Amino acid sequence: MSKTIIGGHDRRPGIWVYGILIAVLLGSAFPIWWSFLIGSQDASALNKNGMMWIPGGNFIANAATVIDSIPFWNALGNSIIVSSAVSLSVVVFSTLAGYAFAKLKFRGREGLLIFVIATMAVPTQLGIVPLFIIMARLGWTGSLWAVIAPAMVTAFGVFWMTQYLRDALPDELIEAVRMDGASMIRSFWHIGLPAARPAAAMLALFTFIGTWTNFFWPFIVLGPGNPTLPVALQQLQAAFYVDYSLVLAGVVLSIIPLILVFVVLGKQLVAGIMQGAVKG
Amino acid sequence: MTTAAAEVTARSIRRIALSHRLSRWDVRFSPYLYISPFFLLFGLVGLFPLLYTAWVSVHDWNLIGGQGDFVGLENFATVLGQPYFWTSLRNTFSIFLLSSIPQVIAAIAIAAVLDFNLRGKTFWRMGVLLPYVVAPVAVALIFNDLFGDRYGLINSGIMSLGLEPIRWHVDVLPSHIAIATMVNFRWTGYNALIFLAAMQAVPRDYYEAAIIDGANRLRTFWSITVPLLRPIIIFVILTSTIGGLQIFDEARMFDNVGQGGANRQWQTLTLYIYELGWGQRNFGRASAVAWLLFLIIIVIAIINFMITRRIAGSADRKLRTRAKGIS
Repeated sequence: MSKTIIGGHDRRPGIWVYGILIAVLLGSAFPIWWSFLIGSQDASALNKNGMMWIPGGNFIANAATVIDSIPFWNALGNSIIVSSAVSLSVVVFSTLAGYAFAKLKFRGREGLLIFVIATMAVPTQLGIVPLFIIMARLGWTGSLWAVIAPAMVTAFGVFWMTQYLRDALPDELIEAVRMDGASMIRSFWHIGLPAARPAAAMLALFTFIGTWTNFFWPFIVLGPGNPTLPVALQQLQAAFYVDYSLVLAGVVLSIIPLILVFVVLGKQLVAGIMQGAVKG
Repeated sequence: MTTAAAEVTARSIRRIALSHRLSRWDVRFSPYLYISPFFLLFGLVGLFPLLYTAWVSVHDWNLIGGQGDFVGLENFATVLGQPYFWTSLRNTFSIFLLSSIPQVIAAIAIAAVLDFNLRGKTFWRMGVLLPYVVAPVAVALIFNDLFGDRYGLINSGIMSLGLEPIRWHVDVLPSHIAIATMVNFRWTGYNALIFLAAMQAVPRDYYEAAIIDGANRLRTFWSITVPLLRPIIIFVILTSTIGGLQIFDEARMFDNVGQGGANRQWQTLTLYIYELGWGQRNFGRASAVAWLLFLIIIVIAIINFMITRRIAGSADRKLRTRAKGIS
């Protein structure tokens, strides 16, 4: 690691480099700041005075209106349930499969792994019509199961865990436990799972964010009665199209949870993306 | 005594044999058991629906009424005869190109800047990643306001320069630019980190050798960094193609109606699928469009792959001969 960190440029860069970076940073932070700026204004004041550059005092009042007019708490709860359930399930099934692909010998292993990787390029989103028909048959439309079930294990997750466990877990360790008479599942539980922990945490984090921000399928299958946060935001837009201070107050409410996650775990997110890029 | 002892041994031998067999099965079948959830799920909610789309597309099929008569290719013929299909196709490609090309270029440039020996590395890296945690729907609502036709911040800026305001929600190209901006906002930093990781994996000696040979920084960037980044560029372009051609969220949220504008100025193919299937309740036609889009994506992915592999191959060879020359 220490060798690769150095990169191509050893010298401390000039001031212009920081200038560019500050500009990029403003570009990524400004729209988020803007949502709070507008979301904290009083709509009538906004219309009268035009642009304002300091936050107003109306955020709490706007947020209260938003919470009253869309099923906000329901949506927040749904987003938490769906994202947590999907992350947990993806981690469990991907770690099991990754352990098998990385450490166990079985016929067809290479071919099956290539198949898993290839499925990442399949635009399965285009199967929504039959998927909707299936969910309707099962009576799952409008239910969180319809969002959770199809996402319970992903090709990316399997690939990610395979890559990690291949290097992180010495074969001798598994052999030693097996010699002691442990069954396959016991050796997975006592050796595989602990070794997989760092990559599993990363996978959970990315899956959580991906599920939390997902819109297309929840929008189609859940409908307005039992929404996740992005679906509720769409309802908010339909209701208050003209009153942007309310819409953006809703946006702020909806992005706070992941911004908090980012503040605490942003460093890990950066590391995860960069690790994945080098290995993948 | 002896017979009893013999019986005990016989029994334990049998037991050992049984546990032996069980453990052989365990070794043999456990791996398949562990990988089976993925294959089952992919089959049920991935592959099967995709293939079944073809079946639905050759039938009359209503959202409520269900399966009707077999109609052959009629749904395809109808859809291909509708102007909205072609507008959607045009919009999809236009938005895709406006988002993917500038995005890859900007991401490489940002990565090159992040690759300097910076103070506070983690801070800058986190800074570019921030938009990634904002949901596309939220991004769309924020940018909708910034791109407002009358009171939006961007048009205010344009007007303060004494220019005509741009009708972002009326004209075709401006609406595409606005939607592409939303996509770029969310993904540029993410991709920059992927490129940065690849840049940092380039062995330092390559740069040193080039600098000894008298190459400046820009030159080393073009002839060492970029060629070595090619595999990663291919990866990013491929994933962004598959995702970009299915763009839905940002276009859906660009106004409160969600049909892609009064004249479908920014209706994408997935938005069109939604309108056919859930607006007009015509699952047959929606499936026909889905299947067409599927074919388009496959063709583009293959073309993409072949082009980039050829470029990558030749660049790789060039670099390798050059590296040989250095050593």
